[in-house]
Amino acid sequence: MKMKCLGLLCAFTTLFFSTTLFAASAPIKIGALFAVTGPAAFLGEPERNSAKMVIDEINKAGGVKGHKLELVAYDTSGDATKAVQLATKLIKDDKVVAIIGPSTTGETMAVIPVAEKEQIPLISCSAGSKITDPLKKWIFKTAQNDALAVGKIYEYLQKNKQTTVSILTVSDGFGASGREQLKNQAAKHGITIVSDDTYGPKDTDMTAQLTKIRGSHAQAIICWGTNPGPAVIAKNARQLGIKTPLFMSHGVSSKKFIELAGEAAEGIKLPSGKVVVADTLSGSDKQKKSLLAFVKDYQKHYKAEGDHFGGHAWDAVNLIKTAIESGAVTPAAIRDQLEKTRAFAGIGGSFTYSPQDHAGLGKDAFVLVEIKNKDWMIVK
Amino acid sequence: MQFDQLLQYTLSGLSTGAIYALIGIGFSIIYNATGIINFAQGEFVMLGGLLTLSSLELLKLPLWAAIPCSVAFSTVIGILFERLAIRPLKQPTPINLVIITIGGSILIRGLAMLVWGKDTHAIPPFSGDTPIPVGGATILPQHLWILAITLIIIIINKIYFYHTISGKAMRACAYNRRAAGLVGIDVRRMVLFSFIISSAMGAVAGIIVAPLTMTAYDVGVMLGLKGFCAAIIGGMSSGISTVIGGLILGVLESLGAGLISSGYKDAIAFIILLLILFIRPQGLFGKADSERV
Repeated sequence: MKMKCLGLLCAFTTLFFSTTLFAASAPIKIGALFAVTGPAAFLGEPERNSAKMVIDEINKAGGVKGHKLELVAYDTSGDATKAVQLATKLIKDDKVVAIIGPSTTGETMAVIPVAEKEQIPLISCSAGSKITDPLKKWIFKTAQNDALAVGKIYEYLQKNKQTTVSILTVSDGFGASGREQLKNQAAKHGITIVSDDTYGPKDTDMTAQLTKIRGSHAQAIICWGTNPGPAVIAKNARQLGIKTPLFMSHGVSSKKFIELAGEAAEGIKLPSGKVVVADTLSGSDKQKKSLLAFVKDYQKHYKAEGDHFGGHAWDAVNLIKTAIESGAVTPAAIRDQLEKTRAFAGIGGSFTYSPQDHAGLGKDAFVLVEIKNKDWMIVK
Repeated sequence: MQFDQLLQYTLSGLSTGAIYALIGIGFSIIYNATGIINFAQGEFVMLGGLLTLSSLELLKLPLWAAIPCSVAFSTVIGILFERLAIRPLKQPTPINLVIITIGGSILIRGLAMLVWGKDTHAIPPFSGDTPIPVGGATILPQHLWILAITLIIIIINKIYFYHTISGKAMRACAYNRRAAGLVGIDVRRMVLFSFIISSAMGAVAGIIVAPLTMTAYDVGVMLGLKGFCAAIIGGMSSGISTVIGGLILGVLESLGAGLISSGYKDAIAFIILLLILFIRPQGLFGKADSERV
């Protein structure tokens, strides 16, 4: 009996001391919403992996200012309703200080009112321009706007005096947003869209659309979609013997596309985040160090090539980390610090947030690359 | 120029149509033997492609060996599916069976996602990918493979169903299960056979399209639905009318995308499906079935 009492006492004392010990450096909880399963899994999976990787490394190095970071990540499966529920859960139950994600524009738009109402900073990993335009006090984003990608292609065409294009976009959120930008910016660059076609995300043969495009005599074809559609289009274009230059979106700037399209990928040009060409960047590029570190780490942890989708989460975690380093621990303080970010060299680009701009990236976030010998080459 | 375009639309349509036909026949065979629509048919198409990929990459088999290997493995999965999910059912009413096949298809897809991941995978074409000019249009060698293999499978089917004992027995089950049972045909064995044949055919379809369309854990859904449309247009026959159904569907889709608008491509398939079900539920070529009392 006595022994038992003693044991209990011991247990209590340890428990007491350990809690006080932990309290001294309570971990800071960061929430994350990624579409790890479902149709947007190609975004959510690398994002979750990257976020986990960065947080683990920060903790291994002793945390930030004595605080360990804790990632509370949930899978939204690309569903906006679920994203809203999980965002509420992150804020009310897990008491996170900031949220990273969601992966898609649709989900982000749904979650914004929650974050705004609860006053929790949210760094979205999706590309839609409307996320930060108009500006919302608590909302930031790390993914490059579609508008920048479209601008990059159009500038190139303008420089090469090509004025007629055919566009072929996928009939989902990504394609619709790209199509809108392609149409909006055309006039500004003196470009006429001579044919406007779409294809379904699960379509397996696009020769019909391409035959029509071939008949339209455009000087360039711009295809906006994510794998596997664009790979099918590249193959179909080759089959039809189409010699018109083919442009793709940044949605396929991963080695997977080259692997899927094979020979047909040669000569295709696309705007891409710098991550795919990290090793060929000049030494003076500010992003080079971050990019190489990210690629190397991702390879080490997941035996796969780090892509720019994962980069969005990498940027978000590091932005929050930098904010905490400068002394912010409460949601409001983190938000204020985020807004003060200047020239943070991340994966997506060089971020400079301000009270007027929560997207933070300029045109230099994208480079135009061409696929040559199964690899990326920067187009000068 | 206009003629070139039309020719290209038609050729593209015929080659996709052949695939729909092959998948459609898989639907009809099971329907005829068991009276159920096997909504897991599309998953065997997916399994065919992905298992070929694994045979190529993991087992390092050459393509000619990887294909039969993958068909055999898909067939085993078809047998397991029939044994574990269809046969043990206490009340095999059509609605129960249909729901089971839907459940089965979700299960197979989920497992495939865990095994092969969510990425799309490419499979090398059987004999190069140098386009072949036909008139002003072009097709790929793989399209010829698709058309040839579809043709061979249809001929084998015909021989099996009309010139072998077990084929005839299976047709007997299709006409009247109880009568077939009474004359000594083991109906349950015929059901198993039907699953073997259709899972093997689904796998073949999946393998021959994979070099063109690539493959992923979720390709079975859309291809399965299109195959189902083909079977409905053909009046659920396991012969030539389903093939024609598939080809019509393929060509209309392709013409629709080319001449009207690409946005309506899938809508065209499903509008045809609805029209056929409303106007000619016995299929485009079928004679109206008199109600058996």
